[in-house]
Amino acid sequence: MKQVTVKEEPTTSIDELEALKKMWQIRIFEETLQELFDAGELYGTMHLCIGQEATAVGGASLLNESDWIVSTHRNHGHCIAKGTDIRSMFAEMLGKKTGTNEGKGGSMHIADLAVGNLGSNGIVGAGFPIAAGAALSAQMQGTKQVVLCYAGDGATNEGSFHEALNLASIWQLPVIYFIENNQYGMSSSIEQMVNIEKLSERGKSYGIQGITIDGNDLSVVSNTVSKAVKKARNGGGPTLIEALTYRHKGHSKSDKLKYRSDDECRQWQEHNDPILRLEKKLLEHNEITSKGIRQLEQSIRQEMADLVASVKLDDEPTKADLWTHVYAEEKI
Amino acid sequence: MRTVTYLQAINEALDEALAQDEQVFLLGEDIGVYGGGFGATSGLQEKYGKQRVRDTPISESAIAGAAVGAAMTGMRPIMELQFSDFITVAMDQLVNQAAKIHYMYGGKANVPLVMRTAAGSGTGAAAQHSQSLENWMAHIPGLKVIQPTTPYDAKGLLHAAIKDNNPVMFYEHKLLYQTEGVVPAESYTIPIGVADVKRVGNDVTIIATGIMVSKSLAAAEIVKEKGISVEVIDPRTLVPLDEETLLTSVEKTNRVIIATEAVKNSGFSGELVSIIAESKISLKLKAPIVRLGGEFVPMPAQKTLEAHAIPQIDSLVQAVEQLMKEVDN
Repeated sequence: MKQVTVKEEPTTSIDELEALKKMWQIRIFEETLQELFDAGELYGTMHLCIGQEATAVGGASLLNESDWIVSTHRNHGHCIAKGTDIRSMFAEMLGKKTGTNEGKGGSMHIADLAVGNLGSNGIVGAGFPIAAGAALSAQMQGTKQVVLCYAGDGATNEGSFHEALNLASIWQLPVIYFIENNQYGMSSSIEQMVNIEKLSERGKSYGIQGITIDGNDLSVVSNTVSKAVKKARNGGGPTLIEALTYRHKGHSKSDKLKYRSDDECRQWQEHNDPILRLEKKLLEHNEITSKGIRQLEQSIRQEMADLVASVKLDDEPTKADLWTHVYAEEKI
Repeated sequence: MRTVTYLQAINEALDEALAQDEQVFLLGEDIGVYGGGFGATSGLQEKYGKQRVRDTPISESAIAGAAVGAAMTGMRPIMELQFSDFITVAMDQLVNQAAKIHYMYGGKANVPLVMRTAAGSGTGAAAQHSQSLENWMAHIPGLKVIQPTTPYDAKGLLHAAIKDNNPVMFYEHKLLYQTEGVVPAESYTIPIGVADVKRVGNDVTIIATGIMVSKSLAAAEIVKEKGISVEVIDPRTLVPLDEETLLTSVEKTNRVIIATEAVKNSGFSGELVSIIAESKISLKLKAPIVRLGGEFVPMPAQKTLEAHAIPQIDSLVQAVEQLMKEVDN
């Protein structure tokens, strides 16, 4: 198990109570999906990010609505943190016409450009150059937008990572490459797949500052991201952030977790669950009570249950919808 | 009317598009001072600067991916892949990303990019610099595929590609770059999806793509001496395909030759055969359809071998004559 190697002094740049709410929304959204899947009500695949809520909320929710995120197949947390409508996300998962992608994307492709979510990707590493392109667009148009590109640890072995980092560096693009090192690329531990201690060291080869942080400490994440955002917005170019975290569940719904021990998993869950850690901190500072936490969790469970019940009544796409959106309309 | 080369026609279209629309920009390897691998972007960086005519590292995946990201967020990138063979390195971004995003996002994002590239054989550049892989892209829903064969078509179709809100793959043939033709000095567009009757005839229809169009026209001149009248149809855009113009010609002549430089195995020529075979016109054909295409070998470097690898004027002439004989029998 990789240990957290760099810890910055937390500075509260984020509303932590609001962040806790979002983190619970992400977790219960996914727990609800798991229940729906177990009940045979969910078609298709999904990749849960339970255990990685701090990187989602400490990253994407810090951006302005007009800033962009580029996400991965393990995307639900990023999408919710960036403000994507949760009801539309449930609808997408349940194959409804009212889904974020009208039912054509499913879990791995949830996109919502209206709130700066440039979409999630089923191809590992594909988002790196796309994020560079969006950042180039912002730079050329002088909009001051920044792009936060999420990727997993395994994606840093794709050629697209290296090509995009080089491009972002030579053009000083306003992009933050944010690696969620959850220790595994599907069944392969990152320690087996790379021979360096920190993935953030890879930034050095491209003239990009690389930082490794504790990805389960919300304030560390938000503090690091906010500095990188400020730098990018002011023309300081890209940053590579490696946030150490852990996915509590398997790679996808079919993963039997044969490659890691129950003890390893338990260690992370007990000591490094980002929600428990934030709650502990808030309790210590008397910013919330245990009762308050229980009420928060309960109200979100109710909110999610109500959304699912309502989404189930929505229409599914029809046969005619198969043929819509193959090609975009001509420019007017 | 003035005459310009195919290369100059492309350069003009890029120049005009850069002048007309601030969202348009170019990116690719060596497109700045060098002017592009074949000279298509010559002089443009000097005129529009390094921001809008942007030299990139040798990173085809990053070039294509950056074009996708920029296109999704309000720009209209025109990327150049120096040789069409290099598309293999950029394939994920074009096939999995550019082609899919509009559909996969339920229509909520457009990817208005143009991928320009130099394709085809005839330069002795061997198997990795001579391929005609346009077939691959024609197989992917979400992409448009253009293969212009004259300077006039090149300029008008490139303007149309740049204005299109979809990812458009624009295949330029290396041997056509120095060919000349009449081209208006002003900006104009040719609609994507409209085939062109390059020569009117009554006996045999040759449907030809790319460099095969000029070879078919030359073959038509030769057989004219023998009293055979050949119609040459240039689809110009493989996707969307103007089936109506093709079928109208076939219905008139009832004899068909399909000629592509791309290897014929599992390729676009097979698609054209199928379209004709599946129409009622197939019942009226006076002879089986003849298909000429690249041999199923990697392109060799040696000149004679290279020439044997793709159909030449002689093989087209023979095919026409054979087709007329079969009808006479």
